[in-house]
Amino acid sequence: MSSLHKSPWLLHYDGSSCNGCDIEVLACTTPVYDVERFGVINTGNPMHADIFLITGGINSQNEQVVKQIYEQMPKPKVVIAVGTCACTGGIFKECYNIKGGADTVIPVDIYVPGCAARPESIIDGVVKGVALFEEKAKAFSLEKKSKKG
Amino acid sequence: MPKKSVVPFGPQHPVLPEPIHLDLVLEDEKVLQAIPSIGYIHRGLESLVTKKDFQEMAYVAERICGICSFGHGMGYCMTIEEIMQLEVPRRAEYLRTIWMEMSRLHSHLLWLGLLADGFGFEPLFMHSWRLREQILDMFEESTGGRVIFSVNQIGGVKKDMSKEMLADFQKRFDQIEKEVREMTQVFLEDYTVRTRLEGIGILTEEDAIRRGAAGPMARASGIAVDMRKQGYAAYNDMDFEVITSDKCDSYGRCEVRIGEIFQSFDIIRQCIAKIPDTELNVPVKGNPTKGEAFVRLEQPRGEAFYYSRTNGTKFLDRMRVRTPTFANLPALTQTLQGCQYGDVPLLILTIDPCISCTER
Repeated sequence: MSSLHKSPWLLHYDGSSCNGCDIEVLACTTPVYDVERFGVINTGNPMHADIFLITGGINSQNEQVVKQIYEQMPKPKVVIAVGTCACTGGIFKECYNIKGGADTVIPVDIYVPGCAARPESIIDGVVKGVALFEEKAKAFSLEKKSKKG
Repeated sequence: MPKKSVVPFGPQHPVLPEPIHLDLVLEDEKVLQAIPSIGYIHRGLESLVTKKDFQEMAYVAERICGICSFGHGMGYCMTIEEIMQLEVPRRAEYLRTIWMEMSRLHSHLLWLGLLADGFGFEPLFMHSWRLREQILDMFEESTGGRVIFSVNQIGGVKKDMSKEMLADFQKRFDQIEKEVREMTQVFLEDYTVRTRLEGIGILTEEDAIRRGAAGPMARASGIAVDMRKQGYAAYNDMDFEVITSDKCDSYGRCEVRIGEIFQSFDIIRQCIAKIPDTELNVPVKGNPTKGEAFVRLEQPRGEAFYYSRTNGTKFLDRMRVRTPTFANLPALTQTLQGCQYGDVPLLILTIDPCISCTER
């Protein structure tokens, strides 16, 4: 599992955000912030991903999409809600089409606040996510062993 | 007779930072028809007018979209200023123009990067985004935010730029301009890039008019339409020409946007040279009177339309935004007809889609 926690692969999906956080997530992977130098890679395939970054709140149209993406990701997995909207619904909480934050449909492990979340805090969230991922991976391999035994 | 098949594209797709769904009707590799379906980001932001007062709505308007955030805030404030008949101080108009052009710069650099990513030219993607970060740094120094600025308020702007800051910015813009010029040569002259762009996604002038294309999409089909020529903010003092291209293909769209990058540098230079020394904002007294107003702005992606109706209380009756990507979707379905499946991601990118704007 060491290769996994040293090089986590990210999957990013835009719930119903204003785009600000999405661009900041992308900015994390490009020069200046460049998380790729630590082995963090932005992937487009849920089946390759370890960490799920979700931005924006949940509405009735994307609820199923978010659920599907989460289910397609292999175990163990970590979910990070990026930005105030993904944490609580944010400024759009009172809109008729917003159900709330990402945790209304999938379990969220780490909340990164900010409107828009700064790249520094997103990276901080991912670092925390990697530590959690390691724990989850250990628990997962124990679970697998006990099933075999 | 080859069989027809329907391939879903999106909402979660590596090339799209934002979700949009297209049903592509294919015959072998050829796209016969593209049926877009939207609604993945619809929040119902316009309905917030009943819950937030007209001052707070400036912040909500800014969050229509994180890329053209400055323009959205400015468009909304301009409608209320028109209803309340406030005269915005000249310095505020100039500052708005500078920030607006900086938005255009960072948006177009972002688009160039995504386009390069779309045709698989990673280093070019990274280069564009590296240059874009320098613009964002300047945004952060002058407004305090990287993507959401909140410097617009009804009656003017909140923050000023000192003389030293403007002089420093000018130096940095000159340096960035030099680097952008070097980089854009690759987009315009490189053989591999040209083979991916030339002759792909033809949108004739006639089609562009019939489908109601806006912004760089229309300008790349030879239609000289630019809302900045109306002369809002400080654009009436600026000397600039509408950039068009008669190539009508993806290369033309690339050419127009690159031309606009240099035009923005030029407009900022003119602004910094001419900026007058006045107040930053006029005080707002009471609630807006009963009335309605609309404003048309040139956003990086094209013409955006803002409408507000007030009823004499602190809450608005209605706010309406029509955004350029929405106008460009019919044109997109036109360009997708008859293209190769492999070109679909690239063609979606050439309209510079901003789905958050479209769905609000």
